[in-house]
Amino acid sequence: MQQNTSAIDRRKFLKLSGITGTGFLIGLNRGLANTVVTGYFQPGADVYEFTPLINIEKSGTITIFNTRPEIGQGTWQAVPSMIAEELEVSLDQVTIVQTGGEKKYGPTQWVGGSSSVRGAYTDLRKTGASAKEMLQKAASIKWNVPFEECYAANGKIFHKPSGKSLGYGELAEAASKLEVPAAPKLKDPKDFKILGKATPRPDVPLKSSGRAVFGIDASTPGMVYASIERCPVMGSKLVSFDDSATKNVKGVLQVVKSERIVGIYRYETIAVIAENYWAALQGRKALKVKWDYQGRESFNSKNFETKLRSLSSQEGLLDHSQGDFEKSFSAAAIKLEAFYETPFVSHSPIEPMNCLASWTAGNKLEIWTSTQVPGDVVSGTAKEFAIPEDNITLHTLFNGGAFGRRLINDYIYEAVDISKKISKPVKVIWTREDDTQQGPFRPLTFSAMKAGLSADGKAIAFQHKVIAPSLEATLEKNHDKTKVNKTMTEAISEQKYEIPNMKNTYVAADFDMPLLYWRAVTSTTLAFAHECFIDEMAVKAKKDPLDYRLGMVKKSSDTEKLLRKLKEVSNWNKKLPAGWGRGVAQYEFFAGLCGQVVEVSKKGKGIKIEKVYAVIDMGTIVNPDTVKGQVEGAIVMAISAAIKSGITFDKGQTMQTNFHNNPVLRINEMPVVEVHIIADGGEVIKGAGEPGLPPLAPALCNAIFAATGKRIRRLPFDINNI
Amino acid sequence: MNKQITVTVNGTEHTLEVEPRLLLVHMIREVLNLTGTHIGCDTTSCGACTILLDGKSVKSCTILAVQADGKSIKTIEGVSAEGQLDSLQEGFHLNHGLHCGFCTPGMIMRATELLENNPNPTEEEIRWGISGNLCRCTGYNNIVKAIQYASAKNRGVETASTEPEFV
Repeated sequence: MQQNTSAIDRRKFLKLSGITGTGFLIGLNRGLANTVVTGYFQPGADVYEFTPLINIEKSGTITIFNTRPEIGQGTWQAVPSMIAEELEVSLDQVTIVQTGGEKKYGPTQWVGGSSSVRGAYTDLRKTGASAKEMLQKAASIKWNVPFEECYAANGKIFHKPSGKSLGYGELAEAASKLEVPAAPKLKDPKDFKILGKATPRPDVPLKSSGRAVFGIDASTPGMVYASIERCPVMGSKLVSFDDSATKNVKGVLQVVKSERIVGIYRYETIAVIAENYWAALQGRKALKVKWDYQGRESFNSKNFETKLRSLSSQEGLLDHSQGDFEKSFSAAAIKLEAFYETPFVSHSPIEPMNCLASWTAGNKLEIWTSTQVPGDVVSGTAKEFAIPEDNITLHTLFNGGAFGRRLINDYIYEAVDISKKISKPVKVIWTREDDTQQGPFRPLTFSAMKAGLSADGKAIAFQHKVIAPSLEATLEKNHDKTKVNKTMTEAISEQKYEIPNMKNTYVAADFDMPLLYWRAVTSTTLAFAHECFIDEMAVKAKKDPLDYRLGMVKKSSDTEKLLRKLKEVSNWNKKLPAGWGRGVAQYEFFAGLCGQVVEVSKKGKGIKIEKVYAVIDMGTIVNPDTVKGQVEGAIVMAISAAIKSGITFDKGQTMQTNFHNNPVLRINEMPVVEVHIIADGGEVIKGAGEPGLPPLAPALCNAIFAATGKRIRRLPFDINNI
Repeated sequence: MNKQITVTVNGTEHTLEVEPRLLLVHMIREVLNLTGTHIGCDTTSCGACTILLDGKSVKSCTILAVQADGKSIKTIEGVSAEGQLDSLQEGFHLNHGLHCGFCTPGMIMRATELLENNPNPTEEEIRWGISGNLCRCTGYNNIVKAIQYASAKNRGVETASTEPEFV
């Protein structure tokens, strides 16, 4: 999940004319009055490619190619913004085209790890600046005036002394033939017109008018539908099936055996193909299938959790050690231990999994889908189905949420396999039940915590032992069990608390179903244990929880700055009404750093979440409104995961099915949220999409402790019955 | 055996032959190709499929197409002409009322009826009024602001600044 920062030399500037554009045009925006063109991107005549990411046509049309799929997080605006800022055009003057994994657009065609802006900020600005300098140089040559007397603004090059100007379209041909500047001059941030400003997103008019095309909305002539029966006990073998009743359903065309390829697993499935989705669903319900569960039906959450608790006595693999934990812990004046438990959760993006695939003669393949990883869809599909990547055309459409679920291609391979088998374009649509029950899930983690304090409460020994299944073990065939799966101990050894003796370990638990990265990954569960336990230490030390953290955090670190800001904006020292309590938590991990203060009040037998204050440390930002939105969205997801959702198993099957028994927070339950951004500028940029998640559950449970004296050590919990 | 129905969709009358158990949402999406109405759960939990049936908001995933016979349907595509935004759509745009936007058509159809019946709702009335529609992305509070914006604009009241707070 670490971002491999791209270097500008990897995107060789090309000087071609009359090239054919690729990508899928999902919307052409002209400000508020949006016009929509949906279909293949067809550039006009005389197109000049300044880099694969910028096309300028003689007519003046400017196209920016966005390599980062829009999953709701705002990349459709943020990524082109970084180019447009330096190119001196507004986004209203630009056509944005989403790329589809084509080689020429390079290896950044994916989204995850809150990496889209922080991984590309300087490179994309350089891309825009280079094109602008080439246009400026072309104008200065044409006018026979010094380069320095010219400047770019609003899609034109101006000659300052005379006031004359030429549009980019008029200069495109000559400019595209010039040498690409090795070190283009970047703008002073104080001159920014787009970056750092709260600008309404260009995709909102499309999405609020029903004109945006999501993966599930795609269609192509001759398309049929498939609904797929997958065994509710994942990993079972198909013995036989009877489709006689299925074939009597009007509209059903045929039934084929297929396969779901997810992580290291290959599951046998049965696909019902029909003229329409309704018939496919009805036909699927009429199937009579015999599965061999192979003993997997004995698996259940209760026994699995008991197993995890017993595994906590094991030493585990060493994640990190400093000082001498054992010695300092046994000598400590104050000792405390606690055990924390969290659940599996589903991703549940609101758009169900879907893919339209069309396999045609000559092994040509066309795919329309919602995905986080267009590059991997093309390379993965080519490998899996043994066809050249060049045979594949992918249309990356708007994603109706993803949260990590669309990082893998299981639903895409299903559609490709079926289309290949039936020689028709086929749209596979998962039901919400399929989505909830079939995984892949975020793994649970259990945490055994130990701390030793001096008589005056100073933390001298600390241990976080993680007991959990391994995420990588279900994703990678060559996973090495003798090494710590670092995802499962994510950032527990990287918090900025200065505790002299520390020993963090990981005990792997066997688990045999698909697991996957969830938004903010394992930090979402580990932060709960880590930051609630820090609170328990503060209580034992008889210290204010926020001051206790400030007392042991590395001086002048971003974490210290964040905690101080949080203390200020949340009015931490102000007295709360009777029956209220507040709690604090922070967590720094690969995606960035966020801290939160939650205020709660007692309400009958339950608790009401009154307000959440969040401070996110960003460094530099593209759109503060999007950052704020991401933090709010992370908070609602984290509240759902803390008090609502949770996936459990019985008889080898997922017990939850749909939003009624795997609920998410509704609008009437949402607390007031106040987001503050630390944006000091500079080159170091942190992520926005995920850091808002991890601190919520611990800050909430610490607040409940402050209000009620009750310590919650297991998620999810019933907030109406504390 | 198929049944013939006549429905007026976004002002245009359609006479269609439909399978009696066809769900209204499938008729809208697959027969009429109006894909702005979405499916998120098939069970009336999420509200992504909300449309107006004779002016009342309904979840079209649990209504049969034949039940719409003789009735008038409005979907998100019928809210405004292409290139224009109505007050709710404008409210969502200016208040960042969506992220992925998959739930938004349903939200807007539900909010349309809410404001029709109650042009000046309180914040709590908005929250309860929209509580049948799920959003996985936004944190909801900007959706409330978007509806408040539309309510104010419809009533000709000056709207508050939408400038976000940031340090």
